[in-house]
Amino acid sequence: MNRTAAQVHGWLLLLPTAVLLAAFTHYPAGATLWHSFFSTPKPNRPAVFSGLDNYRAMAEDPVFWQSLANNLWFALGTIPVSIALALLMAIWINGRLRGRAFLRLAFFTPTVLPMIAVANIWLFFYTPQYGLLEQLTGLFGLPNHNWLGSNETALGCLIVVTVWKEAGFFMIFYLAALQAVSPNLYEAARIEGAGPWTIFRRITFPLLMPTTLFVLVNAVINSFRLVDHIVVMTRGGPDNATSLLLYYIYDVGFKFWDSAYAAALTMVLLVILGATAVLQFGFLEKRIHYR
Amino acid sequence: MTRTLETAGAWLLAVLWILPLAYALWAAFHPAEFSARFVLTAPLTFANFETAWNAAPFARYFLNTIMLVTLILAAQLVLCTLAAYAFARYEFPGRDIAFALVLVQLMVMPDVLIVENYRTMSQLGILDSTLAIGLPYMASAFGVFLLRQTFKSVPKELDDAARVEGAGPLQVLWKVYVPLAKPVYIAYALVSVSYHWNNFLWPIIVTNTVNSRPLTVGLQVFASTDQGIDWSIICAATLMTSAPLLVAFLLFQRQFVQSFMRAGIR
Repeated sequence: MNRTAAQVHGWLLLLPTAVLLAAFTHYPAGATLWHSFFSTPKPNRPAVFSGLDNYRAMAEDPVFWQSLANNLWFALGTIPVSIALALLMAIWINGRLRGRAFLRLAFFTPTVLPMIAVANIWLFFYTPQYGLLEQLTGLFGLPNHNWLGSNETALGCLIVVTVWKEAGFFMIFYLAALQAVSPNLYEAARIEGAGPWTIFRRITFPLLMPTTLFVLVNAVINSFRLVDHIVVMTRGGPDNATSLLLYYIYDVGFKFWDSAYAAALTMVLLVILGATAVLQFGFLEKRIHYR
Repeated sequence: MTRTLETAGAWLLAVLWILPLAYALWAAFHPAEFSARFVLTAPLTFANFETAWNAAPFARYFLNTIMLVTLILAAQLVLCTLAAYAFARYEFPGRDIAFALVLVQLMVMPDVLIVENYRTMSQLGILDSTLAIGLPYMASAFGVFLLRQTFKSVPKELDDAARVEGAGPLQVLWKVYVPLAKPVYIAYALVSVSYHWNNFLWPIIVTNTVNSRPLTVGLQVFASTDQGIDWSIICAATLMTSAPLLVAFLLFQRQFVQSFMRAGIR
């Protein structure tokens, strides 16, 4: 086969994917930026160029700042806990504990269930008065508390659901990595007289660094991408206490139909995701040794 | 001693983890008055499932979801195979840039581009259709990446041998590469199906009638408006919508876990 033919074939093979990606990933990302400099078109008034107006409005929008802050707290609340739990689960399942099959089943099941479905179940856990949590705290004589209805606890409740849903998914990656660690290393460490904690700190954890990075990036993306449970459980309330960035975009774009402002908000999300990518490829990957 | 403690800890966490599902099963299979009262003598019943099934067009939702995941998976398998083959085995100008542009989708997923993609679907005039839900996901950076890695590990000699025998590029792909990548295809298919069976935000945005709504959106409409708050019936509907995946998972647990593992290693 000659060179030109190979080049043409290569592009032809790529073409369908390239067209769809351009239409539904690259074009919308660019269009988001473009439209964020215009006003929202109305039936009797087409969109006009408005410069940085949308961004100025954003800077003065308390709901935007709250959603951003909520999202950061949400990320801080979900990421470390779900990663730590995932690692713990993987080590337990990889070790020779009794009933490993059941453990794996229990930890992994939330991953295959739709978020929308489990959110409905969790909703009942948190229901005031006759919900399960209320019954439980009632047994201990604690006063009634509206878990999803109060500013202090609503976001925490969503964090719990998210950790529960994600930990088992991340566990899988740790499990795969743990099974690839050579038993000789542990053998050698034990001969040297290292205890279980030293072995974890000096062998297991460093060897799992690439996995931790992979899981971390996924966890960060998920914390900005996953809002299904908010639609079911709180709709961003009470008083926007559980409004995350993407949920606010959804609200602005599809309840208030303010597409230009939603585009400006989306830009913030894109910048955050872009920064994550830069951090991953430019910084973290260089500092971690690969197998 | 530590071992016993560890086992106890693991079991405690596992029980905690399975509790929500166990509760849903309890509520769904018992009459409403027992939805928050746990007595072992409570009578079992299928009535909640019957009520839920008849209260909303779940049959149609099931059909919509099955069509949706089939459409997306079929398109993904074909497109990703072709693109991965190009990246793994062809030299062409702009290949590395093109690959980087494909990988952009790993970070900027269709899930966050809802506003502009909605505009596009509306301009194409295909709002409220299975096609509109599926289109943004058909080209998958994740699938291209996964298959490219796999194709690269296929010995070049097999490729050359097939070409010497006169096979064209697509024949080589179909006869040599695809069969060797079968486990990866299974892994990818499982991940894709469970992702799109469960997907919610984009479908709720582009659909607004029973004709195209997938199960997740149907469940949400059902639980928030049609039903008030009868937990037993909501739990029954919840289990019903998750049942196919859940049953498949319980039957093929090992394959599921291994597939997710395989899909995660890069």
